[in-house]
Amino acid sequence: MGSDSVASLRGVKLVYHEPSRETLAVDGLDLEVKRGEFLSIVGPSGCGKTSVLSLITGLLTPSEGSVEVLGVSPAEARGRIGYMLQRDALLDWRTIERNVLLGLEVKRALTPESRSRALALLDKYGLGDFRRHYPAELSGGMRQKAALIRTLAAEPELLLLDEPFSALDYQTRILLEDEVRSIIKQGGYTAVLVTHDIAEAICMSDRVVVFSGRPARVKRSVGIDLAGTAFERRSRAGFGALFDLIWKELREE
Amino acid sequence: MSREHMEYLKKLKRGRRLTAAVRILLLALLLGLWEASGRLGLADPFIVSSPSRVVSTALRLYESHDLFPHILTTFYETVVGFVSGTAIGVAAAVLLWFSPFLRRVLDPYLVVLNALPKIALGPILIVWVGAGPGAIIVMALLVSTVVTVMSVLSGFTEQGREREELMRTLGASRLQTFMKAVLPASVPTIMSALKISVGMSWVGVIVGEYLVSKRGLGYLIVYGGQVFKLDLVMASIVILCVLAAIMYYAVAAFEKRIDKRFGRE
Repeated sequence: MGSDSVASLRGVKLVYHEPSRETLAVDGLDLEVKRGEFLSIVGPSGCGKTSVLSLITGLLTPSEGSVEVLGVSPAEARGRIGYMLQRDALLDWRTIERNVLLGLEVKRALTPESRSRALALLDKYGLGDFRRHYPAELSGGMRQKAALIRTLAAEPELLLLDEPFSALDYQTRILLEDEVRSIIKQGGYTAVLVTHDIAEAICMSDRVVVFSGRPARVKRSVGIDLAGTAFERRSRAGFGALFDLIWKELREE
Repeated sequence: MSREHMEYLKKLKRGRRLTAAVRILLLALLLGLWEASGRLGLADPFIVSSPSRVVSTALRLYESHDLFPHILTTFYETVVGFVSGTAIGVAAAVLLWFSPFLRRVLDPYLVVLNALPKIALGPILIVWVGAGPGAIIVMALLVSTVVTVMSVLSGFTEQGREREELMRTLGASRLQTFMKAVLPASVPTIMSALKISVGMSWVGVIVGEYLVSKRGLGYLIVYGGQVFKLDLVMASIVILCVLAAIMYYAVAAFEKRIDKRFGRE
């Protein structure tokens, strides 16, 4: 595989085992994430989108096929992957600053330099004034942004976003999509976003991959060639056509 | 500050004062009724005692230098039972959190142990530990340990779930997950477990004293009942109330301090 591939899944088959049955969740999945790319995965609910993220982090191992992340196995790459969850899960007894430093602490990589780099992120993305505040004092959108900075502070080479906006209200969501996209593009991060929101996928990413229903495989890969920020993209001429295209693919499922 | 806000604060203050006043009034009323029922011949003071008789009994105990030894004995047994019971309970909960396998294995045992009235073990304890303060402390310890294990463990598993996931995504070890996320998240649960446990320790100690002791408030209550000195029984219960309240508020004050340390004011 080329050096510009950050994650590659080849011929992946994944079977879930439960006492009452086994489920074929993923079958014949090929997926390639390129360096610097922002990739979104959309698909019918319960199709195993999140399973793909778990495969990349090595929390799940494929029954067949191979998964390679950053040139090594997922388990070896784990410390270099950043994960953003649906809920911010900020620790409410820690200030925002100490929450943001959590990843570095856990990795035992907290040095004066890494610390000031992490705190610079807070300043850069508008949370500098809230360094000494507790999570309870922040709004939902700010909390999720703090969670993103916590993920970025550990300096990941690959970012996985698992429906990070689904717990937010509509307005906050639109604003945060805009901000998160610009943070990720500015920082040159490679990111994979899992979402069930087609508009969100189009706004935020460079490429949208449509998953089929169970067992999941890649049904279609759609390059997004819209200019502007996530918010501006919503009103671009090509937006509607892309939406219809993806919507049709999904509806057939 | 706006006029409306001042009104609001005033109203709040008035509400608090009213609560306090009615609280005290209620106590005075109950004590008054109790005293009056004896004096007016509505009830036999020999059976129901009265506040004045309670006070004079307590004073007599004090003058004969019996009061404090009894109080201290019970207090000592409770504190030792509570502290060791809680320590063992929390330690066991930590161990069970770290080993889900052990947790699954021991689950039915814990359930049975929790359902069993620990008081039934009294005679066994007396035989094994000896008829003395030792058996009483072990009784208090048993009663408080089991509730502590159950409630602290459920705190760990419930409070910790979302945070465990977070720590996993950050690549944290099990120990890091526990120290940085699960334990601090469970502080409120542990604190409420302490409050329950302190009450449970009193139950254990008083029952223990009913069974074996020659000293302590539980002993005074049983003895008073046997020789029909209801004044002594009532006086001991009143003292017990005060002691239990003091210990509960001490735990509550401790909780406040801990909360502050964890930034939860």
